[in-house]
Amino acid sequence: MAQKAIREYDAKSILAKHWDKYFPNFTYAYETVMVQNGSELAAMAKDKKWLNEKALVAKPDMLFGKRGKNGLVLFRDTKPGDVSLAKATSWIDEKSSTAQSVYFSFDGDTPTGEVKTDMLTHFVVEPFTPHAQEEEYYISATVVGDNDMLYMSAEGGMEVEEGWDEKVTEVAFAITDTEEEIAAKIRANIPADVAAADKEKFADFAIGFFKAYRELNFAYLEINPFVMQGNKIELLDMVAKLDDTAGFMMREEWGDVEYPTSFGMEEKSPEVLAIEDADSKSGASLKLTILKPEARIWTMVAGGGASVVYADTIADLAGIDDLANYGEYSGGPTTSETKFYADTLIDLMTRIPDKQGREKILIIGGAIANFTDVAKTFTGIIQSFETYAQKMKEHKVKTYVRRGGPNYEKGLKDIKEAADRLGLYIEVYGPETHVTDIVRMALAK
Amino acid sequence: MAKLYTKDTQAIFWNNNTTAIQRMLDYDYTIQRKKPSVAAIVAPTSGNKFEKFFYGPDEIMIPLYKTTAAAKAAQPGADVLLNFASFRTAYDVTMEALEIGGFSSIMITAEGIPERLARAMNATAREKNVTVIGPATVGAIAPGAFKIANIGGTIENIVQSKLHRAGSCGLVTRSGGLFNELSNIIAINADGIAEGVAIGGDRFVGSVFIDNLLRMEENPEVKYMILLGEVGGTEEYKVIEAVKSGKIKKPIIAWCIGTIAKYYDSGVQFGHAGASANGDMETAEAKNNAMAAVGIHVPASFNDLPLMIKKVYTELNLPAIPEPDMSVCPSVRKSKEFICTISDDRGDECTYAGFPISSLATPETGKGIGDVVSLLWFKKQYPKWATDFIETVIKTVADHGPAVSGAHNAKVTARAGKSVVESLVTGLLTIGPRFGGAIDGAAEYFKYADDNKLTPAEFLNHMKKEGVPIPGIGHRIKSLKNPDLRVEGLKKYAAQYFPSTSLLDYALTVEQLTTSKKENLILNVDGTIGILMVDMWRALGYTEEEINEFISSGTLNAFFIVGRSIGFIGHVLDEKRLAMPMYRHPMSDILYDVQVADKI
Repeated sequence: MAQKAIREYDAKSILAKHWDKYFPNFTYAYETVMVQNGSELAAMAKDKKWLNEKALVAKPDMLFGKRGKNGLVLFRDTKPGDVSLAKATSWIDEKSSTAQSVYFSFDGDTPTGEVKTDMLTHFVVEPFTPHAQEEEYYISATVVGDNDMLYMSAEGGMEVEEGWDEKVTEVAFAITDTEEEIAAKIRANIPADVAAADKEKFADFAIGFFKAYRELNFAYLEINPFVMQGNKIELLDMVAKLDDTAGFMMREEWGDVEYPTSFGMEEKSPEVLAIEDADSKSGASLKLTILKPEARIWTMVAGGGASVVYADTIADLAGIDDLANYGEYSGGPTTSETKFYADTLIDLMTRIPDKQGREKILIIGGAIANFTDVAKTFTGIIQSFETYAQKMKEHKVKTYVRRGGPNYEKGLKDIKEAADRLGLYIEVYGPETHVTDIVRMALAK
Repeated sequence: MAKLYTKDTQAIFWNNNTTAIQRMLDYDYTIQRKKPSVAAIVAPTSGNKFEKFFYGPDEIMIPLYKTTAAAKAAQPGADVLLNFASFRTAYDVTMEALEIGGFSSIMITAEGIPERLARAMNATAREKNVTVIGPATVGAIAPGAFKIANIGGTIENIVQSKLHRAGSCGLVTRSGGLFNELSNIIAINADGIAEGVAIGGDRFVGSVFIDNLLRMEENPEVKYMILLGEVGGTEEYKVIEAVKSGKIKKPIIAWCIGTIAKYYDSGVQFGHAGASANGDMETAEAKNNAMAAVGIHVPASFNDLPLMIKKVYTELNLPAIPEPDMSVCPSVRKSKEFICTISDDRGDECTYAGFPISSLATPETGKGIGDVVSLLWFKKQYPKWATDFIETVIKTVADHGPAVSGAHNAKVTARAGKSVVESLVTGLLTIGPRFGGAIDGAAEYFKYADDNKLTPAEFLNHMKKEGVPIPGIGHRIKSLKNPDLRVEGLKKYAAQYFPSTSLLDYALTVEQLTTSKKENLILNVDGTIGILMVDMWRALGYTEEEINEFISSGTLNAFFIVGRSIGFIGHVLDEKRLAMPMYRHPMSDILYDVQVADKI
């Protein structure tokens, strides 16, 4: 996945780092800190005077929006704008001590859709910024189809989300547009509602914003709202995604940025983390997602396209309740990488017996490889069979193999011989059999 | 452009990926292409000039270049760039090639090029009407004509999947692995494919489904098309529009994989980077339904795709495609230890650079030793003025009396009772920087001065700083007043027959200066030969780099070696004829100064 969400704090830090380049006519105080608990915040106040001197705002920074409606923005103690450091510290400790429920959509103030419960681990704290409603604006940019889109509105906050069509001006840019063309388009499309006196300044800010979005390789960048008071800018709320494939050129520009998992996402199992780690260290591709660990059909499929086709076919013919995992190995993994992948998978599939006492099914599938050496990868699988033969028999694992490509005859012959020698049930097919036909065969028995 | 590639298409391969290139050449040999499909390799960090590959049982050499520009200049007919650079440099390589121009298609294999760079690259190519295949692809194939790198897999699989000759299907997929699979399915259930493209798995790819299908619509070999899409993106809707508007009339069979994605939330990434649905319209199911609604043949599932292909193909009732002749690559091949590019004794008669010896040897052929030298040394047919000059040089340097070191050596050896060849080589072994080397040296230094536009005075200064007497200047007895007639003859010949003598003209201005200092500092015969050789090569159209290479590889010395061998052999035979006894140097001619060695 190329587009990755980053924390609001990191988004602000990246803009602040390059502020003078993109916004030379504006100032931004960059008074913001990210903490994981109250004592961390208290410790930061020693260096950052404003934490003691100013009224504060605190909110979780964990890739979800609608924090206000979820009651997770601290901006008042007894009245708006009176939050002290002590209050913020205790509030953060309170909110991070127990799991919080979060809704992702609202109808007015009524939550709709699903709720997710998780611990809050990251918070941003900033000064409370008193301002008038008409000083709030909206701006965002992203890619739609082949174009970059810039969205601008004279109104920020909830207003814009609830009245998108009337309140937002959209401008499309081709990737090849020059800086002059971009500036001219933006100037020509400043939202009509922006006060005449502020139009020039708004355009200036929007041009810098869009340039920053392009040059810093953001995939999505939203400030909702930003506050413009003369030449002073406040970024009240930001959402951003980076194109992480550009990471190798943006090391300096982005600094130390992290890609957190979103709030409420199930923790990844140690097995999945181990495969991710192996994948990051290999030139080949190793992917694993556990869908239903107690299900009876497990897939070990080579190739990004073929793995999807197998998953589709299993869903069609058996239904998703029987599908335990999704994953793929491709790009010519070594024998030991393949063994590690097979070990992980077979270990997982031989933990929980089928509730109805049925046989388990292992699909070792794949299309006709372009360059992956089939015999080499199958050697890794055979080594794994040797380790797990006993467990595989206990769980009545029936293995169905289908593969083609370089050295496939040897690979198929080897795996058949190994399974027979180990007393494992196996059926082996080559390119003369339709790629997903083994799913049908496995389910027919 | 109705066809992406033909049997004459040649590529420049960026990165010396020998396995992939060998696969292309195996394919070329199998389908009996006349020219290899890879004309040049760009290998920025390699010092080699070529890479050896098998072509069937034989080996061929493919030239290596440091830059795309150099490769394109040397191989202007190669209009496909196979960009196998990494995701870090693939963008720069593509943009440079677009700037150079002359490419009709560029294939990019890297996965994970930064999105903005991929978009910019694709848009620039589109503006310049260059078809981009990829990024993140295994490539494309025009069966029976041209195959990119690893697509189709091994040669056995290619023949099995009927990718060795054009069938009637136009195939477009995202996935490279499934491309192979579909080729196999199409071979089993129909008659193979006419053209196939795997467009690539990244979110932003150059040519998309519709670009390739519209081209295939124009290609008369394509009778129907197969599209294998994926969940995510809206590219399939452009195809739907084209079918609706009648732009595409040929039957299409299509399927989008990833129907399973609807059961899971967006946290599960199925397949490629591009495969993620944003909204209902981008789900595989919605796209499959929308395609079926406009009359595209959509099977019930991927498992039923073969049946659908068989049905549509059978209904088209196409005539059977004749199986063409194929060559078979030997399974065991051994790389050759030696390479010969000048003569060939395998045929009826040995040839010199393609010319049978009998067509050069006898007087009525009108060919002389200069022609033989030009063929065997330079692999070119030099014009008569040049071969005459070569012969003049050989004749001029043939001998210079018994006293010079080489001739002396040869004579002493002959008198020791050794054979002609032993005596000859002792003479030849003296040829080098001090004996005969002035030819090389004169060519090198005068050319350096001329290339760097040094005035004669600056040149003299430069040589003084180097601490080297100017090679080719000076004679023991000859002077301006008493000129060397051999030099006069060479100069006269050059003036009459050389198209130009720029280096000699320069050397003569240097001579004016040196002789003003000392009478006998004239341009001598070695200097004249070396300098005129440079002028000859310049007039024959060699580049300055090529001429520098001749000089540094010792080609000029070679003329001296050949010529002087005649003289040495003369001296050796002379000794034999005279039956001269063993030579012992008179002791009276040696200064003896031997001290008792100190003890240490």
